[in-house]
Amino acid sequence: MSADADLAPAPATVAPKPRRSRLLKRFVGSKAAVVSAIVLAVVLIAALGAPWLAPNDPFAIKLIQRLKPPGWVNSAGATFWLGTDALGRDVLSRLIYGARVSLIVAVSALAISGVIGLLLGLVSGYFGGVVDDIVMRIADIQLSFPTILLALAIMAVLGSGLDKLILVLGLTGWVQYGRIVRGQVLAIKQEEFVLAARATGERQWRILFQHILPNVWSPVIVVASFTMASNIVAEASLSFLGVGVSPSVPSWGTMLADGRQYIGIAEWLTIPAGLAISLTVLSINLLGDWLRDFLDPRLKNIL
Amino acid sequence: MPKLLEVNALETRFHTVEGVVHALNGISYEVDRGECLAIVGESGSGKTVGVLSILRLIPSPPGRIAGGSIRFKGVDLLGLDDAALRKVRGQEIGVIFQDPMTSLNPVMRVGDQLVESLTAHEALTARQARTRAAELLAMVGIPAPASRLDDYPHQFSGGMRQRVMIAMALSCSPELIIADEPTTALDVTIQAQIVELVKRLQSELGTAVIWISHDLGVVARLADRVAVMYAGFIIETATVDDLYARPAHPYTVGLLGSLPRLDAGARQTLKAIGGLPPVLMGPPTGCPFAPRCTFATDRCRAENPALVTVAAGHAVACWHDRLSAESRP
Repeated sequence: MSADADLAPAPATVAPKPRRSRLLKRFVGSKAAVVSAIVLAVVLIAALGAPWLAPNDPFAIKLIQRLKPPGWVNSAGATFWLGTDALGRDVLSRLIYGARVSLIVAVSALAISGVIGLLLGLVSGYFGGVVDDIVMRIADIQLSFPTILLALAIMAVLGSGLDKLILVLGLTGWVQYGRIVRGQVLAIKQEEFVLAARATGERQWRILFQHILPNVWSPVIVVASFTMASNIVAEASLSFLGVGVSPSVPSWGTMLADGRQYIGIAEWLTIPAGLAISLTVLSINLLGDWLRDFLDPRLKNIL
Repeated sequence: MPKLLEVNALETRFHTVEGVVHALNGISYEVDRGECLAIVGESGSGKTVGVLSILRLIPSPPGRIAGGSIRFKGVDLLGLDDAALRKVRGQEIGVIFQDPMTSLNPVMRVGDQLVESLTAHEALTARQARTRAAELLAMVGIPAPASRLDDYPHQFSGGMRQRVMIAMALSCSPELIIADEPTTALDVTIQAQIVELVKRLQSELGTAVIWISHDLGVVARLADRVAVMYAGFIIETATVDDLYARPAHPYTVGLLGSLPRLDAGARQTLKAIGGLPPVLMGPPTGCPFAPRCTFATDRCRAENPALVTVAAGHAVACWHDRLSAESRP
């Protein structure tokens, strides 16, 4: 009898699982995704809550307490958990404020280059012809310059500053999106479902944005996670080279640049900033990878 | 009242690097309201190009419609601008494609794709469109249609996907459905289901159908009339009974002869038509079937026969067609 009960078919009416719980379940299933999300959440909280979280004023210069090691307590009773830098400023507070600059630059530049690259890639891949030729030649020309060199040259002319840094990184970064998206569109527009969509009388623009765009999301997300990471590094590099944000503004790049001359005697100046950069970059890449897998419906039942 | 669809002397060419491919060499046919016309022929004979040209869906460049006219309810489709042509696509003429595995967008929910094709022509609210989409799925025999709207194409089997494609083609109640080998990619049992489905919908909705196939068995069950294509020409057209009973063109005879028969015993050998279809590069000279034809004469190799009516509703393009030969003393 019990065997019969086992063989009985499952009840036919299984309520469909709401989408949110599926996302959560799959998310918790991936350790890398959870850890990355926690790291990024910490960075985000630090960036948003810097004025409340920072134990000391990151701008206050006190030469009398310069280059103190981590855990040092001054006469007023303030603790410097990560020590002080060459001008006596609190390293932990500067690290927390530095998250702001890094994230603002990375996200804004990403948004600019992503939108430009996506649009140009879609249009040049789908419509082809002269538009395609022009866009791709511009991309070729831009690619023939090393990004940092190009950014350096532009910043030298425009002058330094947060806004200019974002603009430069945004305008130089679109090529990667543009080329990847164009390649995908060239392949996807040959698919029969595009022909089927045309046969139902849909407009070209609707086909482009409703049918083709959703098919290019996964590579775009991967590229975005890489450029987000490389934007953080680029901001650090340009600030390190002295053409990024001004030296008084705390950013992870300027901290590395400032600390490098003391690396032999005060390693606490460079290690925290370096760790912050690498951990953030790594987390973005891991989370981007997971997100791409999640967004691809063909992999939905496998993962 | 003009016929539903009148195709006249349609020529389509592809301008490739190697030269000009003459894919369609002046084909003419008509489809009446509620009628089912089957177009048969082997691969590369121009069946698909012929129907895609109707909606100007051939890739261009390299494809170009070089001549002829396509009148749908009296309106020449070749003269329409893009906006007017879009109205015809989907709303007046629906298309079902060959491979249901690739003709649905893999990253779009099936319901969204149906809604998309519905809202391309009709002003519907999101709720109305969704209800209509569920009705369409029910009409093509998909169980639990409302809950399947949120599924992705990969969650459907091949036969179910083809049903979805049929639902999409029917979404705006077109007067003509073009089915481009819709059963080729499916199992035989599923093929039969799809054929029955189209037959049922055709009789319920009164839709005319152009059914492209190389499967003469499917055609026999479905079509009212048949047009046989070879190398971009229509070489014979007749009612389905007439064509199967009295094929007049040597190619049609060969096609029917190459079918296996259940009553012929186990030791039968299948008859193949020798040779290969011609390369369509350059303008054709003579009868395109002449190199493979056992009746070919010098005249066949020099002059291409025109399609002439040899019996009521039966036209054939051959200098030696069998019907005329029989009636001649």
